Order: sequence, then C-alpha cells, then structure tokens
Amino acid sequence: MSAAAGARGLSLGRIVLYAILGLFAIFYMLPLFVMIVTSFKSLDEIRLGDMLGLPQQPTADAWFAAWQTSCIGLTCEGLKGYFWNSIKMVVPAVFISTILGSLNGYVLTKWRFPGHRWVFALMLFGCFIPFQSVLVPMALILGKLGIAGTTAGLVLVHVVYGLGFTTLFFRNYYEAFPNELIRAAQIDGASFFQIFRRIMLPSSGPIIVVTVIFQFTNIWNDFLFGASFASGDSAPMTVALNNLVNTSTGVREYNVYMAAAIIAALPTLLVYIISGRYFVRGLMAGAVKG
Amino acid sequence: MGFLEIRNVKKRYGGTDVLKGIDISIEQGDFLVLVGPSGCGKSTLLNLIAGLDQLSEGEIWINGVMVNDLHPSKRDIAMVFQSYALYPNMTVAENVVFGLEMRGVPKPEREAAVAEVAKILQIEHLLTRKPSQLSGGQRQRVAMGRALVRKPLVFLFDEPLSNLDAKLRVEMRTEIKRLHQNMGATIVYVTHDQIEAMTLATQIAVMNGGEIQQLGSPKEIYNRPVNTFVASFMGSPSMNMIPAVLGNGGVEIASGNGAPISLRLPANGRGPNAASGRKVILGLRPEAVTDPGAADRNGAVTDANCHVEVVEPAGSDTFAVMRLGGVEVIARMRADTDLKPGQTAPFAFNMEKAVLFDPQSGNRID
Ligand SMILES: Nc1ncnc2c1ncn2[C@@H]1O[C@H](COP(=O)(O)OP(=O)(O)OP(=O)(O)O)[C@@H](O)[C@H]1O
Ligand SMILES: [Mg+2]
Repeated sequence: MSAAAGARGLSLGRIVLYAILGLFAIFYMLPLFVMIVTSFKSLDEIRLGDMLGLPQQPTADAWFAAWQTSCIGLTCEGLKGYFWNSIKMVVPAVFISTILGSLNGYVLTKWRFPGHRWVFALMLFGCFIPFQSVLVPMALILGKLGIAGTTAGLVLVHVVYGLGFTTLFFRNYYEAFPNELIRAAQIDGASFFQIFRRIMLPSSGPIIVVTVIFQFTNIWNDFLFGASFASGDSAPMTVALNNLVNTSTGVREYNVYMAAAIIAALPTLLVYIISGRYFVRGLMAGAVKG
Repeated sequence: MGFLEIRNVKKRYGGTDVLKGIDISIEQGDFLVLVGPSGCGKSTLLNLIAGLDQLSEGEIWINGVMVNDLHPSKRDIAMVFQSYALYPNMTVAENVVFGLEMRGVPKPEREAAVAEVAKILQIEHLLTRKPSQLSGGQRQRVAMGRALVRKPLVFLFDEPLSNLDAKLRVEMRTEIKRLHQNMGATIVYVTHDQIEAMTLATQIAVMNGGEIQQLGSPKEIYNRPVNTFVASFMGSPSMNMIPAVLGNGGVEIASGNGAPISLRLPANGRGPNAASGRKVILGLRPEAVTDPGAADRNGAVTDANCHVEVVEPAGSDTFAVMRLGGVEVIARMRADTDLKPGQTAPFAFNMEKAVLFDPQSGNRID
C-alpha cells in the first residue's frame, strides 16, 4: 500500500476521519455561533428558548446598547470608555515590552557580558512566577510610585510581566543571527544602537509579529491585573465586561452580554487574522535564517 | 618598522593559549597569507588585527600607529568574511556604502564610490538586489566591494573563497590577485588551502598550534622549509620524507630489495658537513624524482632503479608510487609515461633542491 494511492482513493478510513474532524470543528464553533445569533435577537425572541435558531427579526440594538448605553457599575454609558482604556493600556504595553525584549535579546546574544547566562536564567524564571504571588508586592510598588489604579500603572505591570517572554523570544531568534554581521557592522563603524536599528530590527519582522500577537492577546485578555490594579473608571475591557454582566438589575439581557463579549474579543481576533500568516512563519523562522 | 607589524602577540581563552607569541612584519603592498591546519589560530589572529577581539599580550602597529586600543572602525581596515556577512535587509548598493554612511561621507561622494567599485567588480547590474537574490560568486564580489569602497590601509580576508565551488574559486582567486596587482593594496589573507597561499602571496606565514612555523616568500617556503611540518604542509602531493643516512658526500637510502641507493648531494656548499653515518630525513619534492629522460641534467642528478608499486595518471602528470627507506615515495612522471605497476625502472633523483631534516627535532639541517 503506497501512501499516494491511499490519499487518492477516498477510502472508508478517510471518510470516517473527515467526519470526525468535521464534528469536532462544529462542536468547537458552536459557542461562537450561539453568541453571534443571540446578539442579533431581541430579548423576546431569546425567551422563546431556541438557542440555535437564526434570528427571526435581526436587530443590532443589542450591539448599540452594549457599546453605548448598558449599565456598568453606576454609570450607563456602555463599554466604549473601557474599550479605549484597554487600547490605551495594550498599545504602549505591547510596544514597550517588545522593544525592550528585542534590546535584551540583542544584548544577551551579541554583546555578551560576564554573567549573561544568569541574567537570562532569572528572566526566564520570571516567566514562571504565578500572577497571584506578585499581586501584593506589585500593589505596594505601584502605590509608592503614585500610579496605583491608573492605566499607566497597568502598563508598567504588563511590561514587567511580559519582559521575560519577549526577551526569550528575541534571544532565541537572535541566537541564530550570524555574529559576523555584527562584526562587519562594527568594522563599518556602526554604533551599538545603529547596529540595532539598521541591521537587527529590520531583520526581525517574523519574531516581532510573534511577540506582538503573544503580548497583545495576553494583555488584552488579562483580567486579574486589570481587576487588581485598575478598578473603576480606568478598568480595562475585560473587567468592564464582567461588571456589565454582574450589575444588571432585573432582566438578564443575554443579547447585550453576547454582543459585549464579541466586542471584547474582536481586537485579538483582528490581530490574529491580520498577522496570523506571519505568526506561523515566525515560529518556524529559527530553523531557516536568511 | 613594517607597515603592518605584529609583535609578540598572544591570545588566551580561559586557560588555553591559542596564540603563543606571534611576530610578523610586512611592508605596504604585501600580500600576506596566513595558512595552517584547522584550529591553528588563523582567524583568531585576523580578528585581533581587526580589533574584533582583545589581545592578551603584545602589540599591533598599522602604518606606524599602535592600534591595540583602537576600535575596529578606527583602525582603517576592512574585512571580508567567510560567510560574506552581507546585511540581509539592505540592497547591494546599501551594503557597499554602509561603511561610508556610518563615517558621515556625503551622499554624492558615496554614490560616486559605489559606481566606481561596481565597475571594478562588474556588479553594476546587481546594485538594487538583495543579498538573498545573489549567487555565491556574486555575494563574494559584493563583500569585496564593501571592503574596496573604503580604501582602507589593510584588507583582511578570512577564507573568502571557501564557500565557492572549485571552478569559481579559481576564477575569484585570479580576480583577487589582479585586484592586488592593480591597486597595490596591503592584504592579510587567511586560508587553509595551500594552493591559494602559493598563488596569491608575496609573504606566507605557515602556522601550527598557535605559532608561526615559518614566514617567508612562497619560494622560500616551498624550497627551503624550516621543518618537516612546513615541508609537508605546503605542496601537493606533499614532499617525500625519506629516512636516510649521510655518507660519501651524499645520502644512502635503504631500498626494499638489495643494495641501498646512494644519492650525491650538490657541491654548492649547502647540505651538511656533518659526520658520515648521521641519520637524517631527506626531503624531496615529487617533481625531483622523475623519468631519467625528463630530468634537468644541470644539477646533482643521480639515476637509480626503483620498484614501482602504483601508477596514478593525473592528466597533466602521472604519479608513480614506490617504497624507499620504508616509506611511500611519490615521483612525478611525464603524462605519457609507459610505466607499469610492479616494474623496476630507472628514476632520476634531482638533489639540487633536496632538503635535509633532523629526525628528532624535525628542523632543517644546513
Ligand atoms: N571564543 C573562544 N573561546 C575559546 N576558544 C576559542 C575561541 N575562539 C577560538 N578558540 C580556539 O582557538 C583555536 C583557534 O581558532 P581559530 O578560529 O583561530 O582557528 P582557525 O585557524 O581559524 O581554524 P579554521 O581553519 O578551522 O578556521 C581553536 O582551537 C579554537 O577552539
Ligand atoms: Mg578560521
């Protein structure tokens, strides 16, 4: 039995395999399907109880409510303010942690100093410290710095926590980057930062994409740090979503909840779709350097 | 003082001595080739000259300036790497001028410099390409262009041809030689290919185990090797090293069957006046053992019958392998020789260029 013959003929095994794969895919997509259809239904229609049915009179009211008028805590201005909170948190946090990670990786591979192994080991160790154990010390430090409960404080927390990961990514990527290029650039007269900016960074596209996706997803989706360090008006999207669901008085507006949850997930989805192709390429880039 | 002067340079990594006191002095316009087996410290020495690594001890002077504490970019050197080290994100033109740009040379001058170098190296049609779109030979040219454009005091090459296929290597070798002749540049060139060393160099430094075995012109290295290491490293096939005994104004070699072969040493004063009976190693290049008809009869030539074990035609020559003094000896015959393995045939031994070595120390005996 050659593999080619098996692939061409649609054998019974193949049919069963595809059927099982299809089933898994449907099972996996089902919650998203329910969320989307529910978000376009009116509350009356939801009460009929047909979760899987398509909306009879599709309406975007729930989406507008979630964005602009739903009540979170004491105010009823929807999620939009918190959405911008998250953006204001995630953009600087991702940018700073990525740049610092690439600088760290650059130094740890191309400008090695005595004890560089230890520094890297400690940064790696930082990746494995559970979130919960840093909450109290972090709160103390944010208090001392006077940025407790602010978006700036949250950015700092995410940068510090993400640094171990971003450093790991860039270090491994730059490890395969030929040292002779650095030496050639030194002879050419380029300085530490000129080499970084003119040679390392332009060659780091794939790993930057990987790091940005990783950091963006983690920071955007984070709940614990958001809830601990940025309550109230500066809370990020995830915390607001939770509050939205918990503050509803009387009726539970499932359509609004679903719309709100999709809005909360949309940015990460977009980041994946836009740069997903590079993500796979980046993960495999260590093997083939150009 | 030489144009490039290396004085008692040592390099240690941890506890191991990689370079154990190197002394080299070359003049402006010299083409110095560092040659030696893998791991002997050639690249290390080149990196020290470039300033990419710190000396443990010693001094390096370029054009009368002590450069020990100068940054690589301040030494006025340019380097061509084995891997070419072209910046992958830049075009060929950007690669070539990067060094000028970093030195703040204004744009019009940079463009003129690129145009000039591109013309010399015939890479004008490649200027807008990225390195990944070039062939090995083209990359090699661009790497040389990057060095040429700076017009440095000293060019450093680290095995620049070792990544090319055989044909291209020969072409580029000729090209480098031509560039050197036309520009009169001072070059330090690392290779472990002894043919490259012979063809390119004006000075060869043969290294082994972190030490210079011999520094001299290709002729000196080839004809008057200071010890058995240099003798057997340079030349292909390598020099025959035949155990022999001094006596009667010549040397005697035990041949496998019957009487020892007696070879007359030239009467030109060279060769040892040592007592008869001293054991030596006779160094004879393959071309000094040849057909009696083809030999140059002007020198101290002795004919002797030898038993041929193997015959290896190699196109331009045919090599005959025999056994003398207990070791294999290779003779270089005419290509059309009708020698057969197993035959006993006469050979002419030209002793003009014979070199004698001490069997214990391996050093040449004069
Ligand atoms: N950073 C280093 N740390 C420790 N030892 C080193 C280091 N760099 C080189 N060496 C050692 O120094 C010796 C000389 O190395 P070098 O690269 O100069 O050899 P080479 O003559 O260029 O050999 P090749 O022909 O293989 O390139 C080798 O034994 C090598 O193991
Ligand atoms: Mg080397």
